[in-house]
Amino acid sequence: MIDMSEPELEDLEIDLVLEALQRRYGYDFRHYARATLKRRLEKRCQAAGLPHLSNMLPVLLRDKEFVDLLLRDMSVVVTEMFRDPDFFKMLRCKVVPQLRTWPYLKVWHAGCATGEELYSMAILLTEEGLYERTRFYATDFNSQALATAREGIYPLDRVEKFARNYRQSGGMASFSDYSLARYRSVMLKPQLRERVTFATHNLVTDGVFGDMNLIVCRNVLIYFDKILQNRVLELFRDSLCHLGFLCLGNKETLEFSSVAKDFEVIDREQRIYRKR
Amino acid sequence: MQTNQRPIRAIVMGVSAGGLHALQQILPHLPADFSLPVMVVQHRAADSHGFLAELLNARCAIEVREANMNEVLRGGVVYLAPADYHLLVENAETLALSIDPPVHYSRPAIDVLFESAADIFCDQLVAVVLTGANSDGSQGARCVKALGGRVIVQDPASAEVDTMPAATLSAVSVDHILSLEEIGPYLAGLHGSSHEPASS
Repeated sequence: MIDMSEPELEDLEIDLVLEALQRRYGYDFRHYARATLKRRLEKRCQAAGLPHLSNMLPVLLRDKEFVDLLLRDMSVVVTEMFRDPDFFKMLRCKVVPQLRTWPYLKVWHAGCATGEELYSMAILLTEEGLYERTRFYATDFNSQALATAREGIYPLDRVEKFARNYRQSGGMASFSDYSLARYRSVMLKPQLRERVTFATHNLVTDGVFGDMNLIVCRNVLIYFDKILQNRVLELFRDSLCHLGFLCLGNKETLEFSSVAKDFEVIDREQRIYRKR
Repeated sequence: MQTNQRPIRAIVMGVSAGGLHALQQILPHLPADFSLPVMVVQHRAADSHGFLAELLNARCAIEVREANMNEVLRGGVVYLAPADYHLLVENAETLALSIDPPVHYSRPAIDVLFESAADIFCDQLVAVVLTGANSDGSQGARCVKALGGRVIVQDPASAEVDTMPAATLSAVSVDHILSLEEIGPYLAGLHGSSHEPASS
């Protein structure tokens, strides 16, 4: 028998679970960052009352409901509307003037999860008078998350934060102008998704999404290993039009990536880049 | 004392209320050429920017900075979890970040850092729990102990807020209880050594 520490044994269990997900369902998480992936798998394992990660295997292979839960755990990152208000401020000041020079705009929210950032952008471009010339593409590999994004309904207790972020981001109106309160939730006004195409797209396995003027993919790359980060960044480069913009999360960077030379830095702190 | 101890490879620290003062007492003890990487979770407001890292960096010989994506682990650097991100050890060379839900209402959470670090460094890890007003860190400390690592707790009597060190003390049997003044010199003594620093 090969001598293994408990973490090494758990690592083997994770390999088996990922292999099963890939071969049985076609979802490939093998290039996700391990530490967070492990926490998520363990959480699902505990919720199901299973003692070890490998106990998930029989359920995983045969129970579609369990797999759906697991896929939700793996994809849904709960973010806020106007998370990092300074980013949206910078977008207004450094990117919007350039967007105005294009007669027609295509904006891709890659890994949009439940849609908070998509609606933030729709509001921003409405206020800048650019909404009518924009087509939005909101994609995620998880169709349940995408369904939530399409509905645009969020729990009421999150709205206070949304509204505060909106004000700090340089919002020109009142957040309530864009939403309708209903019981214990708010719904973003339907106009904000009129020009949005929601589509299933997997950054790990799917291809180029053509000729975008702006790609927003914030706090998605931090969940990937370096190999997958480079693949996705190359996919973004190839999906952008000449001089198109790429926006990453506050702690994500193009530096040291395979596409570093293909972009210029528009704002280092807010991680806004432009294709050369 | 064990004689077959493997050398320490990393230090993790968790601190909450009262942290600014505590970190300013501890980190200046570490020399610029300190051989180990130090990862720190300090609970703070989601929008608190990079002020804390700048302030500590200006006052310490050792480099202090916020961790970015793919941050490579090096000795002689203190990696601070960015506000509103969890900080994790991905492997022996790299750190990782996530915006997964808060743990104990905290993001960054101490448990998340400690548990991931324990997985990678096992018995070659030292975890330090400092002043704070909640119980974050106690589960992580249990994990560190279970994998053979060393846990140091700030003496609750010397802590600005004693809830967090007390919670860890009641969760695990720790290796050392040290006053705030003793922690810096203790960590500095781990510098490249495979043995417990001599107790003064």
